[in-house]
Amino acid sequence: MNARPRHLLDFDDYTPERLGAILDNADVMRAVLDRPVKKVPALQGLTVCTAFFENSTRTRTSFELAARRMSADVLSFAAGSSSVSKGESLRDTIETLTAYKVDAFIVRHHASGAAHLVAKYSGKPVINAGDGRRAHPTQALLDAYTIRRELGSLEGKNVTIIGDVRHSRVARSNAQLLPMLGANVTLCGPATLLPRDLAHLPGVKLTTNAQDAVTGADAVMALRLQGERMNGGYLGSLQEYIREYQVNDALLARASDDAIVLHPGPMNRDVEISSAAADGPRSRILQQVENGQAIRMSVLYHLLVGRA
Amino acid sequence: MLKIENVKRLGSEQLETLFVENGYIKGWNLNDTAEQTLDGRGGTVIPALIELHAHLREPGQTEKEDLASGLAAAAAGGYGTVVSMPNTSPVVDDPSIVRALIEKADGLGLARLRPAAALTKGQSGKELAELALLKDAGAVMFTDDGRTNEDARMLRLGLEYAHSLGLMVSVHAEDATLRADGVMNEGPVSEALGLPGNPAAAEAARVARDIEIAAFTGARLHVQHLSTARALDLVREAKKRGVPVTCEVCPHHLTLTDEALRSFDALYKVAPPLRTQADADALLAGLLDGTVDCLSTDHAPHTRAEKERDLLEAPFGIAYIELAFPLMVTRFADTLGVERIVNLMTSAPARLMGWDEPNLTEGAPADFTVVDLDTERVVDPSTFKSKAKHTPWAGETLRGWPTLTVVGGRVAFERA
Ligand SMILES: [Zn+2]
Repeated sequence: MNARPRHLLDFDDYTPERLGAILDNADVMRAVLDRPVKKVPALQGLTVCTAFFENSTRTRTSFELAARRMSADVLSFAAGSSSVSKGESLRDTIETLTAYKVDAFIVRHHASGAAHLVAKYSGKPVINAGDGRRAHPTQALLDAYTIRRELGSLEGKNVTIIGDVRHSRVARSNAQLLPMLGANVTLCGPATLLPRDLAHLPGVKLTTNAQDAVTGADAVMALRLQGERMNGGYLGSLQEYIREYQVNDALLARASDDAIVLHPGPMNRDVEISSAAADGPRSRILQQVENGQAIRMSVLYHLLVGRA
Repeated sequence: MLKIENVKRLGSEQLETLFVENGYIKGWNLNDTAEQTLDGRGGTVIPALIELHAHLREPGQTEKEDLASGLAAAAAGGYGTVVSMPNTSPVVDDPSIVRALIEKADGLGLARLRPAAALTKGQSGKELAELALLKDAGAVMFTDDGRTNEDARMLRLGLEYAHSLGLMVSVHAEDATLRADGVMNEGPVSEALGLPGNPAAAEAARVARDIEIAAFTGARLHVQHLSTARALDLVREAKKRGVPVTCEVCPHHLTLTDEALRSFDALYKVAPPLRTQADADALLAGLLDGTVDCLSTDHAPHTRAEKERDLLEAPFGIAYIELAFPLMVTRFADTLGVERIVNLMTSAPARLMGWDEPNLTEGAPADFTVVDLDTERVVDPSTFKSKAKHTPWAGETLRGWPTLTVVGGRVAFERA
């Protein structure tokens, strides 16, 4: 097996075996979460800094809980774009935080590649908690973990991701990860939100036809549709989008019988996903949240402790 | 009298002595005595390089660069003459600013400054600047570079007016609406990196439009920093039709591609963006077949802090006027030949501007550079005269370094 990667920025440095180990380890972490005392001493004495340059209460909560459940101290740093406009570079900010003797960074940033820069400037292990449109690797891992847990395996499974693929780091990370684990990925959305050049990714198909995309799918993931996309001219109307691309029971009827429904959250109910589909028997959206904590514990453990 | 001993002429191995008097070349291998003698250390004398496209940031952005640092950097890069871009703060759209810049630069004794002025007031693309007065003040070219001339009618009027004054208009040919928020070339790399893309079509579409305007006005149009194979093809076809269009390319578009952005280093964030290897190859072919008229650097310095921001926040631009010649020699001496590289950086830009073609014969202005075509040196940004001490080529080994730059008979740069 390759040398253990120092960071989790994307999956470029990862082998399928290494990724499988992280997923396996998440099973152990889930067991911890089911105990009455949900805490292990694995990261005792270590300080993890969540550096969020972009708001995301959910992701941040999930990471901070994961760190605390492993007994790490958490330094919470939140920056608007204000510090940048005051002339402080990303490098300055990170070097200052590093000087607080932080052992690892969890970084969220609106710009693709920012997590790579934090890794470069801090010299500490970095977990990418979402950078621009680029990557959100722990989200993809929790999606993969959820599919594996629910369907038994990823090998040969058809995963369809529908919505605003263009602006989605979740889509990009899943499109990188799932084929590495043996799944087939179909990305689907209106042409304006589905960059043709993503067809260059191995194991990934593109289509603008949602009915085709969902036919035979084992897992269907709806992506959040940001309201701003209307102003950006990407869509004719929300009604049109809903008619063509909403993940709802009619569309899901084309999927395989035991297909599950995923959503990275937060949801726009009855926009990219119908309430019925979000709350229905196929939905695994709450399991995703639960699994997210286990995956993040597993990733922290993998990077900071179990240096096999 | 100044003499420079132990220098070669391009293409010769013979060591000779060049004599300079009162700012002009007095002759070669004379029997005269000189007050000052310099040792050319076996280097090759070429005419001083001419840069048609540099951002010197004065007035108003002198934390990035100023006339003293920018013109010193130019001299260190072997340049004797620099055309500065007017997208400063304030914009160079007023004759008094042109005069002030020239006056200040003249006192520095570094590379010569020939300012370009804005084509439109404030480079807003809405009203013509006082082109005739700007010309009288010393402006040598008009451009809204930094902006993209969205209003086609204003470009038409500007081209016609400038043409009547005998001056060239140069354009940053990029459709800003098509470019949108793109920070790098649009393609598989930008999608893999999740960065907003700027399609090659943004350049081609604008070049096509501008060529049509040049064709029907009959006015000279110069396209700056061409980056795509397709736009170059459009220029090639237009030239065949006799449209008065010229173009330049920059060494960074010849030597780097969008793959460099995988580092997420904003050093590689430039406008127009680094394209694909196929584009770079096409630009080189354009240099070989004469479609590309000259080389320029688009020297665009920024502070280190600005360039250490993320790729969305960091400004566009790369600063390497001190490296352009060695970079071209190191990478392209085999394909283009040193003589052609020299030509593309001296006679070719002079011809475009309607200036006397530089030469090294008796009576010519003493603007020349001694270059060491053999000795390899490692690029060390800490030695840069430019305020921008960061470069993609840091640590690389290049040859063809300028060792002595003489401007108007005065030593503007001497490498230790
Ligand atoms: Zn430009």
